[in-house]
Amino acid sequence: MIDIAWSSFTPWTALTGGALVGLAAASFLLLNGRIAGISGILGGLLTASAGNIGWRAAFLAGLIGAPGLWMLVAQLPPIEIEAGYPALVIAGLLVGIGTRYGSGCTSGHGVCGLSRLSPRSLAATLSFMFAGFVTVFIIRHVLGV
Amino acid sequence: MKSAVAALFAGLLFGFGLIVSGMANPEKVLGFLDIAGLWDPSLAFVMGGAVIVGLLAFAIARKRTLSFLGFDMKVPGHSHINKRLIVGGLLFGIGWGIAGICPGPGLVALGAGEVKATVFVASMVAGMGIFELVEHKRAAFRSDDSGERWHYKAPE
Repeated sequence: MIDIAWSSFTPWTALTGGALVGLAAASFLLLNGRIAGISGILGGLLTASAGNIGWRAAFLAGLIGAPGLWMLVAQLPPIEIEAGYPALVIAGLLVGIGTRYGSGCTSGHGVCGLSRLSPRSLAATLSFMFAGFVTVFIIRHVLGV
Repeated sequence: MKSAVAALFAGLLFGFGLIVSGMANPEKVLGFLDIAGLWDPSLAFVMGGAVIVGLLAFAIARKRTLSFLGFDMKVPGHSHINKRLIVGGLLFGIGWGIAGICPGPGLVALGAGEVKATVFVASMVAGMGIFELVEHKRAAFRSDDSGERWHYKAPE
């Protein structure tokens, strides 16, 4: 049985925000001709040739600058990070290694891959979703952290 | 130059989308991943909203060889489902489940000035660096990296 958290479920802002994410991926695809895969854009920066540094850095600057620009006109919604520092380091390392080894994350395989109906990206998305569900289950319901 | 301006615009829009959707908040992401607790399905709606727009974009992109700014369309053509893809996905998923943060929201939270996000992003970049070092070493040992058996043939 699945209990829905009706008090925190926000379908309309989720759909609207999702559509914005889709628009961002769409504009990047149709203007730059590239997939808006964030792990690839960031990871590729480590070995990028001179001609490929600018657009990567610009995309990341937009992403990092978004909350600052948002705060000029409205209050930023809460960002709650409950994990402790050791957990954050382990999580970060796993996300960094895993997204590069598996060639993508929630944006590249999830949003863009599913949008182009790629079986490969569907398999990747199912893998990280499955691992995410199991990990949270173990942490919250087996270890009881 | 125009590629950088378009990329900056896309990055900003992406960041706003993550903020509006609530996905910049790791607790909300964990609420989705916690199906055995009180489940918040919002993340599925974010993906749904993004994919609806994305489907249209890729339908347009498929008919083009150049982008509207005149760049080559660099859309991946391969459809191999191999061990790397699955193992990488699983490792990423474990990390995602531990903190509730994936790369995009991590960078947005970093931009919001969250100290914890800085630690996460620094570790993530370190992980990406480790990957590059290992790949570089592997490539030096064997140029042929065809140990993959599980091959998916796309129904074209």
